[in-house]
Amino acid sequence: MVKLQEEGGGHGDWDNSIPVARLSPLASFSGLVKKTLAIAEFEIRKLRHDFTELITRAAQPVLWFILFGEVLTRARAIPTGDHAYRDFLAPGILAQSVLFVAIFYGIAIIWERDLGITNKFLVSPTPRAALVLGKALSAGVRSLSQVLIVYALALLLGVKMNWQPLALLGVLAVVVVGAALFSTFSLIIACLVKTRERFMGIGQVLTMPLFFASNAIYPIELMPGWLRMIAVINPLTYEVDALRALMIRDWQSSFGIGIDFVVLIATTIFLVIIGARLYPRVVI
Amino acid sequence: MKVLETTGLTREFGRLIAVDALTINIESGEVFGLLGPNGAGKSTAIKMLTTLLPPTAGKAYVAGFDITRQAACVRRLIGYVPQALSVDGSLSGYENLLLFAKLYDIPPRQRESRLQEALRLVGLTDVADKLVRQYSGGMIRRLEIAQSTLHRPRLLFLDEPTVGLDPLARQAVWEHIQQLRAVYGTTIFLSTHDMEEADRLCSRIAIMHLGKLVITDTPDRLKASIGKPDASLGDVFVHYAGDSLESGSSYGETSRGRRRARRLG
Repeated sequence: MVKLQEEGGGHGDWDNSIPVARLSPLASFSGLVKKTLAIAEFEIRKLRHDFTELITRAAQPVLWFILFGEVLTRARAIPTGDHAYRDFLAPGILAQSVLFVAIFYGIAIIWERDLGITNKFLVSPTPRAALVLGKALSAGVRSLSQVLIVYALALLLGVKMNWQPLALLGVLAVVVVGAALFSTFSLIIACLVKTRERFMGIGQVLTMPLFFASNAIYPIELMPGWLRMIAVINPLTYEVDALRALMIRDWQSSFGIGIDFVVLIATTIFLVIIGARLYPRVVI
Repeated sequence: MKVLETTGLTREFGRLIAVDALTINIESGEVFGLLGPNGAGKSTAIKMLTTLLPPTAGKAYVAGFDITRQAACVRRLIGYVPQALSVDGSLSGYENLLLFAKLYDIPPRQRESRLQEALRLVGLTDVADKLVRQYSGGMIRRLEIAQSTLHRPRLLFLDEPTVGLDPLARQAVWEHIQQLRAVYGTTIFLSTHDMEEADRLCSRIAIMHLGKLVITDTPDRLKASIGKPDASLGDVFVHYAGDSLESGSSYGETSRGRRRARRLG
């Protein structure tokens, strides 16, 4: 914690301590964790006050699953080995719904900036990384409702799911990290464009390539070489790969679940570092 | 003891010099008012002093800490109520305070008593569990003041604290500001273009015009300085910043100001 140095003479019970500039690395880290959790906690409390957001989010996966999924499963147009297309698609839809929610997270950042809430956070002694990471974590926790929706749909449509507890935990972890990654990406865009109108335009433009240049709705092997290159550097591909291996019975991961996690976590850390540098500029 | 000290503090935006070599000293326990027409550079000055905006040139110290090199220390010593809305409407009043108690490292054992004291002081105890979006403009302002003084700052910045409030709400906010000074000895730095507010609250006033500090003195001496019998602070303002009727706020600022007035009204 912060070391405090007493200073004589003061008023009433006003805090007379003066913070000392230097913090030990351990104290800085524990401060970062505490503040991150505090930010995330209150973002999640907001959900408790208003559930409608969670319900409206359910619409998109339902539509993709039932309309798109069922037609292509019948058509057998996309080769997915021994598995039905709906088995292949279920993890893709989960990843997609998490992506679509996370990628518009930046709107909330701009909204808070317009109100003046961001100023207040930036004037507090909260590490910038904790502000960004706290928001990312809350986006992750908010996305967990999508897991419930997609699992309920999958059960209804007879997808061959893997119900092992460890695999289920793995799915939750991938979803939280995936949402954190794309919401931080969204925060970075918000800090760069600064207005809601421009952000909406860019958000639309980014979502499409992220989604279609990935393995979410068709295998990478079907893509032309140049597109495959893009898919391989797209973090969504690793998210879907891990989800598929964890969610679907007898599905083999293409890259290895370990690699998927490393790519997702490393990308998130990288984005948080950039986000923490850009976030203070959103108010200038 | 000096709580705030600046020398030649300057901020440029491209070719525009928003704040031009600002030099001020504020002693502990003062209520210092920064006056000026729209676009005079008041908000830019406050943004620099609260570590939100790096200065282009010059130095500033809060209780001896450099605002650029020791920003983290400065942040622990100051409180800030921005001009715009700064509490979260989708949380309750209590939750808004609790979040900041955590961000300011108020020890868990003291949190509850500090929160209750703060709520009592601004008269929001009964509505603490209501969502802030159901509060009136005056209640929001009082909550914002409570939120930014939870950690008992040495220096509290208030950026146009009563803009858009009705006379009763304004009166209540003034009382809380005076109370903060009386009970805790908080030094207060407030920007305003409300002359009555400046006259009522401030022990010293600085007038800014087109980015420059024109004059700094006590309200009485300022009134005496313009050589007009029974001069009001309004006369002083016109005397020192009067040629700016056509300067100042742009379309964007005006629209923001009106929206804010609607929200608080």
